[in-house]
Amino acid sequence: MTEVVDTPTAFGRPIRRKEDAKLLHGRTNWTDNIQLPGTLHMAMVRSPMAHARIAKVDVTAALARPGVIAAYSAADLGELNSGVPCVWPVSGDDTVMPPFPALATDKVRHVGDVVAVVLATSAAAAEDAIESVDVEYEALPAVVGMLDALSPGSALVHDQATNNTCYVYDLGGGYDEAAAKADVIVKRRFVNQRLIPSFMEPRAVVAAPMGMSDEMTIWTSTQIPHVLRVLLTLVTGIPEQNLRVVAPDVGGGFGGKLQIYREEILALQLARKLGRPVKWTETRSENMVATHHGRDQIQDIELAATKDGTFLGLKVTLLANMGAYLGIITPGTPLLGMFMFPGIYKMDAYQFRCTGVFTNTTQTDAYRGAGRPEATFAIERIVDELAAELGIEPMELRRRNWITHEEFPYTTVAGLTYDTGNYEAATAKALDMFGYDELRAEQKRRREAGDPVQLGIGISTFTEMCGLAPSRTLGALKYAAGGWEHCTIRLLPTGKAELVTGTSPHGQGHETAWSQIASSIIGIPVEDIDVVHGDTGRAPYGMDTYGSRSLAVGGQAIKKAADRLVENARLIAAHQLECAPEDLEFVEGTFKVKGDPEKATPIQAVAWAAFSAHNLPDGVEPMISGAATVDPEDFSYPHGTHLAAMEVDTETGKVRLRKYVCVDDVGIQVNPMIVEGQVHGGVAQGVGQALYEGAEYDPDGNLLTASLADYLIPSAADLPTFETGTTVTPSTTHSLGTKGVGEAGAIASTPAIINGIVDALRPLGVTDVLMPASPQNVWRAIQAAKGGAA
Amino acid sequence: MPHHISVTVDGTSYEADVEPRQLLVHWLRDDLGRVGTVVGCDTSNCGACTVLMDGRSIKSCSVLAVQADGSEITTIQGLATGDEWHPVQAAFKECHGLQCGYCTPGMVLATVDLLAENPNPTEEEIRDGLHGNLCRCTGYNNIVKSVQHAAGLMGGTK
Repeated sequence: MTEVVDTPTAFGRPIRRKEDAKLLHGRTNWTDNIQLPGTLHMAMVRSPMAHARIAKVDVTAALARPGVIAAYSAADLGELNSGVPCVWPVSGDDTVMPPFPALATDKVRHVGDVVAVVLATSAAAAEDAIESVDVEYEALPAVVGMLDALSPGSALVHDQATNNTCYVYDLGGGYDEAAAKADVIVKRRFVNQRLIPSFMEPRAVVAAPMGMSDEMTIWTSTQIPHVLRVLLTLVTGIPEQNLRVVAPDVGGGFGGKLQIYREEILALQLARKLGRPVKWTETRSENMVATHHGRDQIQDIELAATKDGTFLGLKVTLLANMGAYLGIITPGTPLLGMFMFPGIYKMDAYQFRCTGVFTNTTQTDAYRGAGRPEATFAIERIVDELAAELGIEPMELRRRNWITHEEFPYTTVAGLTYDTGNYEAATAKALDMFGYDELRAEQKRRREAGDPVQLGIGISTFTEMCGLAPSRTLGALKYAAGGWEHCTIRLLPTGKAELVTGTSPHGQGHETAWSQIASSIIGIPVEDIDVVHGDTGRAPYGMDTYGSRSLAVGGQAIKKAADRLVENARLIAAHQLECAPEDLEFVEGTFKVKGDPEKATPIQAVAWAAFSAHNLPDGVEPMISGAATVDPEDFSYPHGTHLAAMEVDTETGKVRLRKYVCVDDVGIQVNPMIVEGQVHGGVAQGVGQALYEGAEYDPDGNLLTASLADYLIPSAADLPTFETGTTVTPSTTHSLGTKGVGEAGAIASTPAIINGIVDALRPLGVTDVLMPASPQNVWRAIQAAKGGAA
Repeated sequence: MPHHISVTVDGTSYEADVEPRQLLVHWLRDDLGRVGTVVGCDTSNCGACTVLMDGRSIKSCSVLAVQADGSEITTIQGLATGDEWHPVQAAFKECHGLQCGYCTPGMVLATVDLLAENPNPTEEEIRDGLHGNLCRCTGYNNIVKSVQHAAGLMGGTK
């Protein structure tokens, strides 16, 4: 692979994290901790109605409240009422791109939409004054469900969107021809329910004019400080060079902080207008209605096959809920899954259509996996349905159709070229860890005995495309930006190093892992490397953290920058050791003259020589650094096999996840401890979707799950210990052989759980269970299968 | 009408006049600057704001500052003894029991309370004992391991 992997260095070891000391002692810098003198606290006047014409917004009474300094409606703000931009108009001019003003102008379009903003000297005073803003609404019919939204005569969320359609996007074709040759076609409608990211740190933002300069600084709990800087510049007109975006310590994101939010725009505009710091921190109930949601698709899936189980064609027809507005990549999110519906399988034809639908609900956008969990759910569920239809063991059916390890690189029916993979190896290991045969035997016994609690075994053999992304591919898909990543490494005079990355961690351990990569190349200890990130003032170039891209793309930039740094240092070392640069070998941080190992100098000494600059070779500058900006050659394709043993009470509908085993292949691992942690967290979120979570609206468009009391993210008591393993098939298109791991668990686990529940209940005639598979939903599925009242 | 309170926080005594409606967590964060304690949900579901009041874990978003009058509060910032980490802190690092770290102050302090009650908890007792503290990053695997490891460090038998 690469020289990095083979060195006895920090690379590849489960080093404990550098990040932890401050986090474990409360020495943290969350955005809400920032208290600047003269700060005005901002509070939002949010719509209690899902759909209404705004007849009047009057802030006069609020202005009279104690401590209130300013208050604005959309009309009051005028030109400062910038819109939230969408950067991914998927089908170009055909996509309906309605305005998304920071403060609603003509109508409110979801509960939580913002009609006015109040600024006061304390957060409590601002909050108190909200109720004094006089707003009159003229109610309009709320458009809540997608099927209702598309039905003739439905009210329109946006007048310019015919039938509430945002776009229709097609890919592939030829399904009918393939299906004509089929012995069997299974058709199912799956509902991939709406989720709320629910990162633990609520969003917060502080914007402030800085001193005498024209600079505005904005601290915000975001995954994307660099992308945000460009977008804030574009929407506010603040020159880019005068705008600094800082992501301080960020408490989770999962895609939910991959956004340019109206509150960020308002804080920046009002801090500039008022010449004072402006701060806003959301409450959890605000988070539930105002932070974008994820998933929310209705999936009509058809899989055509021969009677021996050979897949012939797949047809995918999606309705994707956009919500009321388009956020940064709202329309594109379902299309991130478009290429993944065929999964790990070979087939002749693939036909995809997605219709984006506006509704009077909170906007959707990226949530861990973003499109790929939905795709993986659909293919892994329909494969199990086909297996049942044909009477073929579900793992055997997968084996007959998956790409074998000799067939890579393999170009799929969706047009991606998977570089490597070994589905056989990951599956064999997972089956062994799981005790698959024994559990199947137990299942048979319990079925025959008529046990009221049945055992089901759920399978998910998945791959994903991650490491977003080759810039040309993004351009072809009409995404506005590129997918490169940057790294600069500077050697400091005392032999330490500063590694400046464009990735922006919020729990992933980049400070540790990036140090490990750099340490293994430049040979200085992990603890001597400081990783600088998340501040456009100190780390000016980057594309940030999402789409399992940070290591897959950013890691390549680190390697290239470190290699360049070593070559840079080599020139000075050769001069010191009085030899030609090519006569030096570089081993674990020391330049040694080949054949004369006594003549050597550590790179730290070279750093000082560069700093003093007393004796440098002609033409060599007194600075040792390396910088690289890397555009990935292709996506990376992690894969794995996840297995779940589900206990299902056929009388009450209660479900218990008894055992969960997964074997993931994420390529070369920089820090296996962090890899394992990422898998645990991803699996927990995927299990959350399968069993516990679901954003629910009532017919009037009120969010019923608007607190953590109602929206059930799993607690420790709701989950078992996950048993994880890995296989290592290095990526051949990424210079470190890595693939990415941030989303794998969330992508793979949901269908494993639901397949397990359906497997338990199949003898009763159950062919699907709505998510979350609460006792109620499971019981209803059982009753419906029995033909009883559900 | 402000109320007068006397509270010891992380070893320092404070006298203060507080609004009756002020939550303990806001007093700690906004008035004392003890920002290691954080707010996650406002509804006492997530436990991010957990601190010890007279040695027992409480959710500081669900306690008024006036209710803390006369008590001793320990936050995450006061758990270590000088440079010496509390065993629970050490265990969370050793077992990778945290990722983004936002739930960590509460999770650590809830664990301190749990182990004071039950020095040798089973996995099930750990999971039940921490069910009031939500973590979105770790899936709890390594949190459970951290608690088990801490129990060992603190003299429990496993």
